[in-house]
Amino acid sequence: MKVTIVDYNSGNISSVINSFKEVAKDKVSIEVTADLNKIKSSDKLVLPGQGSFKSCVDALNKINGLTETLSEFAINNKKPLLGICVGLQMFADIGYEETETKGLGWISGKVSKIDNQNGKYKLPHIGWNQINIVKQSKIFENIENNSHMYFVHSYEFIPEDKNVISATTDYSSNIVCSVEKENIFGTQFHPEKSDKMGLKVIENFINI
Amino acid sequence: MLKNRIIPCLDVKNGRVVKGINFVDLKDAGDPVEQAKIYSDGGADEICFLDITASNENRDTIYDVVERTSKKCFVPLTVGGGVRSIEDINKLLNCGADKVSINTAAVENPKVVLESSKKFGSQCIVVAIDAKKNGDKWEIFTHGGRNNSGLDALEYVKKMEDNGAGELLVTSMDRDGTQIGYDVELMNNIASKVNIPLIASGGVGNLDHLVDGIKLGNASAVLAASIFHYGKHSVKEAKEYLDSKGIPVRI
Repeated sequence: MKVTIVDYNSGNISSVINSFKEVAKDKVSIEVTADLNKIKSSDKLVLPGQGSFKSCVDALNKINGLTETLSEFAINNKKPLLGICVGLQMFADIGYEETETKGLGWISGKVSKIDNQNGKYKLPHIGWNQINIVKQSKIFENIENNSHMYFVHSYEFIPEDKNVISATTDYSSNIVCSVEKENIFGTQFHPEKSDKMGLKVIENFINI
Repeated sequence: MLKNRIIPCLDVKNGRVVKGINFVDLKDAGDPVEQAKIYSDGGADEICFLDITASNENRDTIYDVVERTSKKCFVPLTVGGGVRSIEDINKLLNCGADKVSINTAAVENPKVVLESSKKFGSQCIVVAIDAKKNGDKWEIFTHGGRNNSGLDALEYVKKMEDNGAGELLVTSMDRDGTQIGYDVELMNNIASKVNIPLIASGGVGNLDHLVDGIKLGNASAVLAASIFHYGKHSVKEAKEYLDSKGIPVRI
């Protein structure tokens, strides 16, 4: 099996690479590339994302044919894809960070700034928070409800169809922190930085 | 609920730990990677390396340390010390650091913070300050506490927030190394001035000081070095103690 981490210059992805390699050992091959043919021939894709919604979308669009290839992979061929942090946020139709930016539109919804309730909540939401699993998801196999995961973000994904939500976390309000729609998975938290529980999420994704 | 973080800090010089945990079963007590692994296995919420390498020719040793650590520890890793430029930040991130802390360079050239947070995202830019009380205000010192910039700390942190810093790492120079506790007045003043999380540093001598940093200083995270060294306290003990005082921690 080949899992590809999409390397589209979205910022720092070393930790994602290290964690997937740690979990995969020698059983699964982990490729890091933006090569369209290599992406097409992969069994699973990981779409990381750091920085702003706009900077990530811009970086995707800079690589000719990449968004089309990703859509073909996830929407037409229905092969498993995991978006992490802004990687998840880009599933939305639209994001409002920096300026209004069109997303991939795979899961209807928008990405807006977390309501900090007039400064009551610090932003970014940085640190370990518990996840409330609201729907059994393949990536939460053997993950206990209320497990801690590591977060760092100021914007949240608000999907139109609440049925795609697999977990939320409590920060100012119930923030969507994980989604599953058929073959498309996403986590707002960083499994690659969430210690043993995070590595378990990665293992679950690899084992789908 | 978001938990308060405990961050052990390791001073690294020429690729070796200067002060560290002195456990008999350590194969190599001077290896930062082994020490970081002990901390992360013990429940540290993040790991911080402070590179205090003085000479330029040994500056590259930190990159190798970061690279090896990031392959073993799967909690966030912050690296600071001697970070001067966008290029330095880029190199550290590529080696596997999750956040980079910038101190002197941010004072001398605030654009570094603005540009790096735009380029890499605020989530990985930590502005570190060394502050010392002077009359009724705190002043920012640079170059490892040797030079007084004369800048007012409260004004400076606000500017850094506006420039895109994701977090502040605040060290009280009056308290650093004293083991008499954080300067909670400084911490609280800064925490109420900005909307980004504050990491308190400097002066921890016992576990109550960690409690004070959070309860009185309003810090989101507490950083400590020496109390975790030589096995005085483990990270686990610290967390259990905070938990017993009603502070939310990840256990």
